[in-house]
Parts: sequence; structure tokens; C-alpha cells
Amino acid sequence: MADDFPSGLDRDQLLELYGALRLTRAAEERLEILQKQGHVTGGLYRSLGQEAGAVGAAFALQRRSDGTGDFLTPTVRAAGALFLFGGELVDFFRQYMARATGPTKGREANVHWVDYQKGLVGPVSPLGTMLEVMAGITLSFNLRSEDRVGMVFYGDGASSTGAWHEGLNFAAVQRCPLILMVEANQWAFSSPTAKNTRVKSFTEKAPGYGIGAESVDGTDVVAVYEAVSRAAAKARSGEGAQMVELRYFRRLGHAQHDAQEYVDPAVIAEWEARDPIDLFHARLLDHEWATEAELRSIRDDVEERCKAAAEIAIGEPDPEGPDAVDDVYTDVVTPHPWTRAATPDPHTA
Amino acid sequence: MNQAVPEHLQKTARGEEVTLLEAISEGLYEEMVRDDRVFLMGEDIGTYGGAFKLTKGFLEAFGDRRVIDTPIAEGGFTGAAAGAAHMGLRPVVEIQFMDFISPAYDVLTNYIATSLYRGAGPMPLVIRGPVGGGNRGGPFHSQNVEMAFFHTPGLKIVYPSTPYDAKGLMKAAIRDDNPVIFEEHKGLYRAPSLREVLPPEDFVVPLGEARTVLEGKDVTIVTYGAMVHKSVEAARVLDGEGVGVEVIDLRTLLPLDEDTIVESVKRTGKLLVVHEDTRTGGIAGEIAIRVSEKAFEWLDAPILRVTAIDSPVPYAGSLEDYFLPQTDDVVKALRYLAAY
Repeated sequence: MADDFPSGLDRDQLLELYGALRLTRAAEERLEILQKQGHVTGGLYRSLGQEAGAVGAAFALQRRSDGTGDFLTPTVRAAGALFLFGGELVDFFRQYMARATGPTKGREANVHWVDYQKGLVGPVSPLGTMLEVMAGITLSFNLRSEDRVGMVFYGDGASSTGAWHEGLNFAAVQRCPLILMVEANQWAFSSPTAKNTRVKSFTEKAPGYGIGAESVDGTDVVAVYEAVSRAAAKARSGEGAQMVELRYFRRLGHAQHDAQEYVDPAVIAEWEARDPIDLFHARLLDHEWATEAELRSIRDDVEERCKAAAEIAIGEPDPEGPDAVDDVYTDVVTPHPWTRAATPDPHTA
Repeated sequence: MNQAVPEHLQKTARGEEVTLLEAISEGLYEEMVRDDRVFLMGEDIGTYGGAFKLTKGFLEAFGDRRVIDTPIAEGGFTGAAAGAAHMGLRPVVEIQFMDFISPAYDVLTNYIATSLYRGAGPMPLVIRGPVGGGNRGGPFHSQNVEMAFFHTPGLKIVYPSTPYDAKGLMKAAIRDDNPVIFEEHKGLYRAPSLREVLPPEDFVVPLGEARTVLEGKDVTIVTYGAMVHKSVEAARVLDGEGVGVEVIDLRTLLPLDEDTIVESVKRTGKLLVVHEDTRTGGIAGEIAIRVSEKAFEWLDAPILRVTAIDSPVPYAGSLEDYFLPQTDDVVKALRYLAAY
């Protein structure tokens, strides 16, 4: 006889969580293969050890594809949240591969894309900016009296920026229904958290803004789901911005080019023992919520999906160089360089 | 007539003259009535009505959901405007003095200007505020900020010189789907000589189109903002000396109306650029290279410029007057070109 399910989740939902965790890891592992094959254009970012934070958080929100649901700004280490919000796997690969067929037509990278119908607003590289932007998105929910919340992910480093402060303060003052997800993975590129802040937990910053905050074990997908569910309920009820800190560890370098030699291997090993997918896998089996065969089937399925999506992206074209002038303005045409004409004429510059 | 319209915003409706500031207020107000997606954010714009009282009466007319007093955080509320624009709203953000736009430089250049290109959709927002010197405001209440943004593809920059243009350009900027930086010269805000009666009906002045203020056959001046009026003064002096000066008011700096400039220079053969902004990296450089590309063979003299000096804006009247380009500087440059 299986044990009772946690947090009001049913069996299908538990398996969906497991699938989302597995999908995140499989997609990133597929990216590594693509990179070795020379298909990835720029940096490759892994979320190894952080998958549960993204998945548990996004699972607690209203995910719709008709333009009425909650909003999400992920980071490169929150791809699982992106997928749960309906971000397509094939677009994920297209973005990393800078394909013309991707949502940004090869102009932007990785998870930096937007789908307003699904509530997805991909980040820009200066991540603190996204607090300001999500403050405005959630302000619009207030102005239109809509029952929606907006979630924004960022790491230890972004919380040092002026934009983070200005965006959070604005959201707090306006009582915006905004949920800040702090990816407290202990590193900002090569800088440990202590080089970015004196506080022991980012939740200590929350009282300075008059907002609610909670810290949660970011390797426990169910605990994250519960914490974010509480935060979302508060945000929806008019209490305004809420912070949830995800405590975990970035087990790989900032990006693939970073061998992370500045991290004590023993610490990485400790966190390997707390792998969020392994932990959830064991829990599903221990409580008899799923069988090994079912979990194996889910894993095989997502790995097959990743392979198939990658194959599609591999077969697609890069953008044409002259496409670079398109879409700078809605109504002003950016000229091509006169030297690119067959017969250059400076008077057409 | 809408009875709710505040008395002081009914001057055009009554057929009275308005100042440049009143013209902008009317334009803003009319756009907020016309389109309920338009809303205002900024410091002290609600209860106080703005540092220059440009939004006086707006809070009472539209409520605190559409007239939002923000924290003192130009980056934060400009970024929030971007988020609101993503959601289909059309924010108009006031920077209390445009000198303080620098904290928003990051979000304007990295985020807002790139939004369409990144596939994140259009950015229908206006960032507006007072600029310019001559008011003894010192280094932080006097700057012109256009060239900090001129280099950023994706932004538009507007800088009106008359009440008519200010109102028409403001309406066009609000209706534009691209992000627009709208500079308002504070020395022109209440200048009595600029008062004019505006058409009572709805009108816009399209972005990207310069205006020929004076026609002349001998020298072309390209200018904008407060310098339009000093250029016209100088042109009148030269007219008395038998030199015909054409004065072009750019009105929109980005995109630049290159055709009007080039067409004029091809007729006059001589070009003087006058701008209040500082010299190095000023818009004169860009205009000169474009004329070199398109009208080199028509030039009969070197391209010259009259600008502020390359220094911070000083506080003392004597210093600021020396810092700023004056009518006499324009006269001297025109005489040099006429004699060349």
C-alpha cells in the first residue's frame, strides 16, 4: 500500500514533476553532445543540482497558453521552469544553435526568448534588469485587476546590482504580485556568495523591502513546490512581492568553459550525494508512488524527445547575414553596408 | 468639450495661445483620454504635478493607477515601464531632469532598445523630461542627453522647438510602437515669444521629419531645440547683410532626416550645424559625415559647427553663458561661411 501523497499532489502530478526534472537534465546533456559535435554557437550553461528549484517553483504557478496565466522569467539555470511553462524543447536547441527557425531568429541565445501567450519572458544577460521588468509586468496585473502573479529567477550575483534593488523596491511599494526566486547556488561565476553579500541568507534582505520571504531546500522538489505555493498565495491575496530562496549548489562551472577549479572537489562530492533527481527518484520508490519501470520509461521517453528535437534543429538553417538589419524598428529600415553591394557606391551609404 | 478637462488644459479649446509646456501637457492629456492604455510614471508627477507642473491636474483626472508617483529610481521605473509595455500598456515616463536618466541607461540601451530585435516585441513607451541650459541649473539640471542614446539602434529621439511641434510630436511619440526619448528644453517651456495658437483638432507631427524654418540660398543651418531660435536670430542678421540662410529644425534626431539636410546643402553648398549639446561626439559629426557621403561634390566650404564647449555645464551665469552657444557665435560662423 502506497503512502499518502504530499502537498495535495496526485500521482500523475508527482510523475509530471519527475518527468520535468528528467527532461531538464536530459536536455542539458543533449546540449553537451551537440556542443561536442560543434552545433552550439555560444556558451553552454548547466543547472546540474538545481533542477528541482526551477521545476518545483514553476509547478506551483498557473501555467496556461492562452495569455491568461502567470508569468515567468527563468535563467539559464531554470530551463525546467521554461519547459513547464510550455517552452518547446526544439526551440531550446534552436536558441543554443542560433538557428533562423528559433524564436529569436538567431539574434539571441539560450533561454532568452519570449512567448507572451504562455507567460514566458526570457531574461537578458544583465539579470537584475528582469526584476524591474517583472515589476512592470506585475504592475500591469494590478492596474487591470487581474489575478496573476509573475515569477523571476536570478542568481546570487544579480542581487548585488542596483537594478535588483530598484526593481524590488518598486514592486514592494506598488504591492506587485511578484515572486523572486533566488538561486542561492553559492557561486556567481567564480565569486562565492560571501563576495557578493554579508548576509547568510538572502531572505535577510527581505525585511529591508517590507516583503515576505522563505528559504527552502532547493534540492527537494516537493518542498520547493510547497514554499512557492505559499508565496504565490500571499502574492495573489494582495500581500505583494514575495521572496523564495533556493538553497543548493552549482555543481558545474558557470558555463562549460569554466572548469570550476576554484571549488573544493570534496564539497562538490557532498552535493552530488544530494542530487535532486536521485533524491526524488528514491522517494517515489520508497513511498511506493511509482515503480522503477515507470520511472525508467519516463526517463527513456524524455531522452528520446530530446534526441528527436535536437535532430530537427540540426537540420535547420542558420539565419542569412543580411537578415541582421531587420526588426531594429517597427517602421524604420536599417540600411545595409554600402560596401556589401556588388558595386560599392559611397553615395548610397 | 469634456467638462472634466482641467481649466488650464483648455486653452487650445478656447482658442488661446499656449506655451511649449502647455502644449506638451495638452498632448499628454489628450492621448490619455484617447487611449486608456497610456499611463504616466515618474517622480512627483501625481500629487505635486511634476517639478515643472507639466502633469498638474492629471492625478485628479485619471487616478493613481494611471498617474503613478514612483520611488526615486529612474532605472527601476523605466524598467517597470518596459514590463508594462510588454503587457500592451503604453507608458509615458517622466525623468524629472533628464540629467538623471543615466541610471536608466542600462535598461534603455540593453533591454528596451533591443526588445523588438530580440523577438520580445515592440516597446511602445516614451521617456520624456526637461533638458538644456541657460537656467543656471548647474551640472545636474542642465544637460542635453541625446548623444548618450543617439548611438543606440532601436531608440528614437525627439527634441521639439515650438509648441505646435511639441504637441504633435508628443502625440506621435505616444502612438509610436518604438521607444522614444523625448527631450523638452526647459528654457523653452514658458518662453513668451514661443506662445502660439494651436489647431483645436487632433494632429500629429510625424517622427523623422525635419522642418525648414527659414528658406535661404547661401548657407544651410541644421539645428534643433533651443538653438533653432538663436539660429533664426542669426539668420535675420545675415539677411540684413544680403546673405540668405536656410534654417532646418531637425525635430527628430533619431532617425535623422538625412534627405532634407542633403537636399538643402546641395542648393546652398555650405553647412553649419548648431547644437546646444557639447562639442565632441555631438550630432554635428554624424551630420557632417552624411553630407560628405551624399553631397561632397556640392560643398563649397568646410562644414562648421557651433556648439557648447566640452565641459560640464557650469553654474555661474558668466560661465554658463560662455559655455553655451550664443547667437553671436552663429553670426560669426555664418559670416565666415558666406565669405568663404
